[in-house]
Amino acid sequence: MTTDKTTFNLNGRSVSVQSPSDAPLLWVIRDELGLTGTKFGCGIGMCGACTVHVEGRATRSCITSVGAVAGANVMTIEGLDPEGRHPLQIAWLELQVPQCGYCQSGQIMQAATLLKDYPNPTDQDINAVMAGSLCRCMTYLRIRKAIKLAAGRMQEGATHG
Amino acid sequence: MDSKPGHGLRGSYDPSRRGFLIAMLGASVTFGFARSSLAAVKGIASGAQWSSRVSELFEPTIWYSIDPGGEVTVNITRAEMGQHVGTALARIVADELEADWGKVRIITVDSDPKWGEMVTGGSWSVWQSFPVLSRAGAAGRLALVEEGARLLGVSKESCTGFKGSVHADGRSISYGDIVARGNLRRIYTAKQLNEIPIKAPTHRRLIGRDTLALDVPSKVNGKGRYGIDAVIEGMIYARPKVPPTRYDSKVVSIDDSAAKHVPGYIQCVALDDPSGTAPGWVMVYADSFTAANRAADLVKVKWNSGEAAHVSELDLQRRGAELIADPNGGALVVNDPGVDTAFSSAEQKLERTYTTSTVMHFALEPINATAFEKNGVFEIHTGNQWQTAILPVLAKALGRSQDKIVLRSYLLGGGFGRRLDGDYAVPAALAAKAVGRPVKMVCTRADDMRFDCPRSPSIQTLRMAFGDGGKVTAMEHHAAAGWPTAAINPKFMLKDGRGVPFDGFAISGADHWYTVGAQRVRALCNDLANRSFRPGYLRSVGAGWTNWALESFMDEAAHAITMDPVQFRLGLLDGVGRNSGSAPNAVGGAHRQAAVLARVAEKAGWGSSMPGGTGLGVATTFGQERDMPTWLACVARVRVDLRTGRVTVEKLTLVVDAGTLIQPDGAAAQVEGAALWGLSMALHEGSEFVNGQPKDTNLDTYTLLRMGDVPEVEIEFLPSTATPVGLGEPATTVVAPAIGNAIFAASGARVRHLPIRPKAVLEALAHRA
Repeated sequence: MTTDKTTFNLNGRSVSVQSPSDAPLLWVIRDELGLTGTKFGCGIGMCGACTVHVEGRATRSCITSVGAVAGANVMTIEGLDPEGRHPLQIAWLELQVPQCGYCQSGQIMQAATLLKDYPNPTDQDINAVMAGSLCRCMTYLRIRKAIKLAAGRMQEGATHG
Repeated sequence: MDSKPGHGLRGSYDPSRRGFLIAMLGASVTFGFARSSLAAVKGIASGAQWSSRVSELFEPTIWYSIDPGGEVTVNITRAEMGQHVGTALARIVADELEADWGKVRIITVDSDPKWGEMVTGGSWSVWQSFPVLSRAGAAGRLALVEEGARLLGVSKESCTGFKGSVHADGRSISYGDIVARGNLRRIYTAKQLNEIPIKAPTHRRLIGRDTLALDVPSKVNGKGRYGIDAVIEGMIYARPKVPPTRYDSKVVSIDDSAAKHVPGYIQCVALDDPSGTAPGWVMVYADSFTAANRAADLVKVKWNSGEAAHVSELDLQRRGAELIADPNGGALVVNDPGVDTAFSSAEQKLERTYTTSTVMHFALEPINATAFEKNGVFEIHTGNQWQTAILPVLAKALGRSQDKIVLRSYLLGGGFGRRLDGDYAVPAALAAKAVGRPVKMVCTRADDMRFDCPRSPSIQTLRMAFGDGGKVTAMEHHAAAGWPTAAINPKFMLKDGRGVPFDGFAISGADHWYTVGAQRVRALCNDLANRSFRPGYLRSVGAGWTNWALESFMDEAAHAITMDPVQFRLGLLDGVGRNSGSAPNAVGGAHRQAAVLARVAEKAGWGSSMPGGTGLGVATTFGQERDMPTWLACVARVRVDLRTGRVTVEKLTLVVDAGTLIQPDGAAAQVEGAALWGLSMALHEGSEFVNGQPKDTNLDTYTLLRMGDVPEVEIEFLPSTATPVGLGEPATTVVAPAIGNAIFAASGARVRHLPIRPKAVLEALAHRA
């Protein structure tokens, strides 16, 4: 264990943190950097509530040490869109996806990488990529619908925009 | 029959007993009930501690207020845990008030005796609040119209309230201006308030129409604040060492020598809990959660535990079976004359036993609370569903009066009944008291699971007597399980006709609306369960197991007399006698259950031919309690792999009659979630006690429904203007029996245990008749 400062980019800004380099990224983001949109659910990388992007890839921050992201670009729900108007966030709002909402930051961050890899995802793609994101309120029906709604609009935007 | 007394807790608000006050407070006007008669929920057990502090002063409790800018603020006393309850309650006020919805905001309030009983459970929030909030809104509108008319210089008869203004002959004055310029002081007597008419359903502008829920935006951008997000200046972190058993473990020794090498580790304290809620807890403190977590892993605690440390799931079920076998124990919740005679003279009899395993809440936000003392008041920041239940416990634990303790409200990262039990607030408060500084206690998932108040395992035996031509002449339902109310809030226990106490929540559902001749329902407390762990309220509580047994049994009974399961049920839902229903909550009675059943059968193609290995199964429910029935029926289409026993649910069709829907899309969301909860518990979940602890402590072994397991779900609400009832729970109870019955239809295999595992299906296949 070392207590050297770790520096990385968080939502486009460079940050230096004091936490030991083997501290989980999740708790560094939440407690040292004060961004609490990323949630703690299981602590073993199996619920997806803590999902952030590291260099654009969906990553479980509860089992990723902060040292492992030194120098990397990390994005949380707070940085997904400056106005909170990412097509997924708009679809989530329109279809009233969240219930308790606790898992939804992780769901949205996971879905954002899904749409990068599969701009027009099939049900099987959604099942495969979203399998690691647990929703205890069981909002899965709406999550699926919202992903497709956002995908459709992003495709349209890509074609016409 | 010995009628079951209503839960005092569940009674609806009764505005008839109180005057309604409109008062100017500062620049705003407030609307509420007189504190002198603040029985916010009628029938609270006498001696409830808060009532002694109710002041006789002329001081309104505030349900909502309007400021000079016209902004309406509605105070929400219910926990926001995914049901968008604040939006629904504010819509009820705003509709009658004729408010401009764009100027309505909600505040989730902290605990205070002025709110009366603060509880969010039983799917009661809308049902309990509707009568009081709609009248409160109407009274406000009347006052505003009266005062608006005066300011406009016209008769009040020529004025109407609409969209936040009073209008007359093409002129108008906004509610805000009336507040700023008028004199709105009013007192309505109880009688006057009761006479204020509520809108006819056709005149409603907001109720029954969808809007975007006010809590949702903060749940898509990471800004929502849950209990785990609480930050208090100067706080340190703590993670507990949870003892091996719930009640009978004592700390023998603590060795923190290894923890001392963790940077940031502060100390360990064995908590002393005079309330007995969290005995044997050791708190590990550090300057970050990461350090507290690591240090706790290294702290070695030795406990002395009692017999609970050896209890297994099998022990619990054996004890339940023993209790059922003894005809003398338990409470007779329904006890008609003639049951035994009918059985002794029956042409045909059927007896079946059903069981369910332990189920974990697994609210995704692990339990946590942040506590500190400030200016003589102990503040506890946490998400909670039943503030008035845990406050007296906290008072005992902290050795101070309840008026020196406040629970600050946050979003709940899942409730599902877990947070009806505020037990987790106790060790957090004690942890803060022990070190004299703010402490944020966060449990890991494993800590949360081991300290859960799970759904108790259950065992139930049902019997039916048939007379001539297959006519049902008698029915018995015996249910043994751990009783949450006995463990968590014993003052809400009910009594049977002989004065024998029972937990109404643990047996509800068994006192069904089928006409079955002479009926007996017997509730048995599994004493070993209540001694060994803390049985909890879990989404739909007792109906989660009673309806599994009842609706599986109804299917077996139909087949026993070679009747179609839908036709058999429809015949028993005749709406006769005690099943005819009553106003205001159960108008129509069993006829409404028959209606949802008939409709779901039609909708799901009941009776159509199915491919091999595929079948339809049906189940129905009235929700939990007879005095707040939510009528619901479900058909499951299921495919059974005869080689592996694997069950795939292809489709769930649900038809619901929940009376008036305040927020139709929110209502649908509750049914979607509840139905998939039912599916998750039917096929994916379930744990077992091993050595006094739930075997599964995380997702490596505790499996829940995931995206790829979700079937097609179709939901229909029958249009209704009847009393709005509850929706958070009822759909959980129909899915498992519908699946079990569909497995039988698909394969001839009858399963009688939840969860349904492939191995049990294979065994049942081997024993097919």
